[in-house]
Amino acid sequence: MNGVETLPAWAALVVALLLILGGCIILIGTLGLMRLSDFYQRIHGPAITITLGAGCVLIASMIYFTVLQSRLVIHELLISAFVLLTAPVVAMMIMRAAVYRDLRAGKPVWDRFQTKPAPSSKKHGDDKAQGL
Amino acid sequence: MTLLLELAIGFLLVCVVLSMLFCTVRLLIGPSAQDRVLALDTLWMCCMLLALALGIRFGSDIYFDAALIIALLSFVSTIALAKFLMRGEIIE
Repeated sequence: MNGVETLPAWAALVVALLLILGGCIILIGTLGLMRLSDFYQRIHGPAITITLGAGCVLIASMIYFTVLQSRLVIHELLISAFVLLTAPVVAMMIMRAAVYRDLRAGKPVWDRFQTKPAPSSKKHGDDKAQGL
Repeated sequence: MTLLLELAIGFLLVCVVLSMLFCTVRLLIGPSAQDRVLALDTLWMCCMLLALALGIRFGSDIYFDAALIIALLSFVSTIALAKFLMRGEIIE
């Protein structure tokens, strides 16, 4: 099994630090996904996993292959640009689906976004019109 | 320094596998359907990070292509699932 190739000391140090940082951030994000109590809190957890964690790992991979092959290897920028572009779109779609489903099921959704609790009896139709 | 790098990659692999375990727990116990879709999306992302970490571990470029394909499939499948959750159908 061919292991890790020999790198210069500074590159190995930087890559190792980025990998350890990325691992910690990935673990924190998914721990939030598992442990938080509500869906609207839970959706914040994977956001740091797929932006900061994936960013750290991608930068480490770029530095590693650039030093290893003695030329500029930046094709990881494709993945990072794609992930950074699609992560807000995916989060927005899941969020819209969740709000739509909660409104359709009759759960109070908009109360949590307001500082004062709204009178829910007569405002319900307006809230549903705002949500769609 | 090679030992440090190997330890760091081992730590990253352990972290990513633990993250996949957490996502699987949320996927199994998730009370609503949107929780399961969110956990599945995070599981795709952890799978992409696992491919990248294996690419660094074995020093190979092939894993990069796998990671790119996984990222593309993740986007498409999560959008399809979210559309299905919202409307009950995907193509209207």
